[in-house]
Amino acid sequence: MRNSNSQAVHLKKEILVRLAAAFLGGDYPQAARLIPYDMRPKGSEVPFRCCIHKERAILKDRVIAGMGFAIEADDEKTLLSEYAERSLSRKRPEDQPLTVLGAACRGCVPNRIYVTDLCQGCVARECQSVCKFGAISIVNGKSAIDGAKCKNCKMCVNVCPYKAIVRIAVPCEDCCPVGAITKNPQGLAQINFAKCIVCGKCLAACPFGAVHEKSQLIDVLNQLKRGQRVIALLAPSIAGQFPGSPGQLKTALQISGFSDAYEVALGADITASNEAREFTERLDSGQSFMTTSCCAGYQELLKKHLPEIVPFVSSTRTPLYYAAEKARRENPVALIVFIGPCVAKKMEGLGNPAIDYVLNYEELGALFIAQKIEILSCPETPFAQESSRQGKNFGFCGGVAAAVSAAAGRPERLKPCLIDGLNKDTIKQLKKMAAERTCPEGNLIEVMCCEGGCIGGNAALNTLKLAKKIILEYSDRAPEIKGL
Amino acid sequence: MSKLAVKICLGTTCFVMGGSELQELPEKLPASYKKLVSISGCPCLGQCGAAATRAPYVLIGDELLSEASIEKILKKITEKLNHAQ
Ligand code: FES
Repeated sequence: MRNSNSQAVHLKKEILVRLAAAFLGGDYPQAARLIPYDMRPKGSEVPFRCCIHKERAILKDRVIAGMGFAIEADDEKTLLSEYAERSLSRKRPEDQPLTVLGAACRGCVPNRIYVTDLCQGCVARECQSVCKFGAISIVNGKSAIDGAKCKNCKMCVNVCPYKAIVRIAVPCEDCCPVGAITKNPQGLAQINFAKCIVCGKCLAACPFGAVHEKSQLIDVLNQLKRGQRVIALLAPSIAGQFPGSPGQLKTALQISGFSDAYEVALGADITASNEAREFTERLDSGQSFMTTSCCAGYQELLKKHLPEIVPFVSSTRTPLYYAAEKARRENPVALIVFIGPCVAKKMEGLGNPAIDYVLNYEELGALFIAQKIEILSCPETPFAQESSRQGKNFGFCGGVAAAVSAAAGRPERLKPCLIDGLNKDTIKQLKKMAAERTCPEGNLIEVMCCEGGCIGGNAALNTLKLAKKIILEYSDRAPEIKGL
Repeated sequence: MSKLAVKICLGTTCFVMGGSELQELPEKLPASYKKLVSISGCPCLGQCGAAATRAPYVLIGDELLSEASIEKILKKITEKLNHAQ
């Protein structure tokens, strides 16, 4: 799910901008230490929390995550300046890309169904009669729920004529498609990494901004400062996420210190062709459907929750895989940085030795802002290799299926079924396909973890509608994908 | 009467900090305002150097709006139009 332009998102971006500026300013450890004080100086207003000290403590945690460390492992004694030093000497990013800020977590009430003061203690008492679990009794003339009996079925919520009974939401738990968020004994959210598919939906859902990505921004800035050769791989969804064209973006990257930039869309061309070949082979051999494989969140889902569908999943590698392979081959000593829309791709990056770092669009944006780079005033720099129209369209829902279809030729044989976002329902749908070994809705199942596709990733900077429009304008000028 | 000019800053800072979404303003504008307001994107308004974290910026007539949102912009437009009458 894409972050909306809420204050929590703005705050997270501000941290990244300040962190990048602290790094570039000279005395990085000292400047980093002062970020919470610069943001909430003595005597300033306290917009969100109980007091200025708590605000600063949470801002400190946000900076720690911005430097790429887990808040869960923080001992609260370590100074931000020490973290800054550590972030400079780190050889590779930490493993899990998500972290929860205990101090920022509201510890939302877990008891889900709640009778409000609006209860009139009416005579009808439908809530009581509708409850199959006997969880409602009348106490002091008003309905009361026995938490031990309540199963959160919401029947009482629906029948109350005064709308006096509500379901209290826990946004992070509610949005997690795989039940990976639970409460610790203190009632604070924690991620069970054995279950987590790194979809980033909780990141976007938490109204307190308590879930953060562990950023690799400092690692990349550090490599650029050292004068390393650094190559950027740009996800297809990037068109529309920054002002200006992808060619101008490439120039901006070069000004900011990158040596070169590749479009991952050229990897998407390879993925689409391979997947088209595989699709044809599989259908010829009698299999009734195949799912795509390029979404990193879906890959995690397969490993952790849906092994039964693996025989139906294309074994083709991702566009990023092919693009990184090519970039590595052409630049054996360079560092490869993927720039993409979501936290799930950080997971893919960690698992692929050809990818050194992953930045999301928010992080790249912070880097540009701190370096004061105006993309709109950059000239165009063309990409060395042109990718196809279909490859450029990989980043929105339906784009992958369309590319595979175009590469396969024979469009009459291919019936796409689009899974537009992983949630509890679509996961059920996939499980059913695996169990019944067939899919009534189609034979090529395109799976996108985020609604709208990659342009709906948790770190997307533009709205779905505008992003898709700009991608289409950009891809319209590109050549058609080569058929099999 | 000349139209009220709304300029949405599309400089790097403003775009990244949320200005991108403000480009949907034309669709959110009440029909009755359409003849009275002209909306356009513009390059960096020169505000971000001093206070990048208060972006996105939008210029409405001669008034600068910081940390702009669609709602804030619409409110300001209404205010300006009412004032002009
Ligand atoms: S980018 Fe908007 S004021 Fe500079």
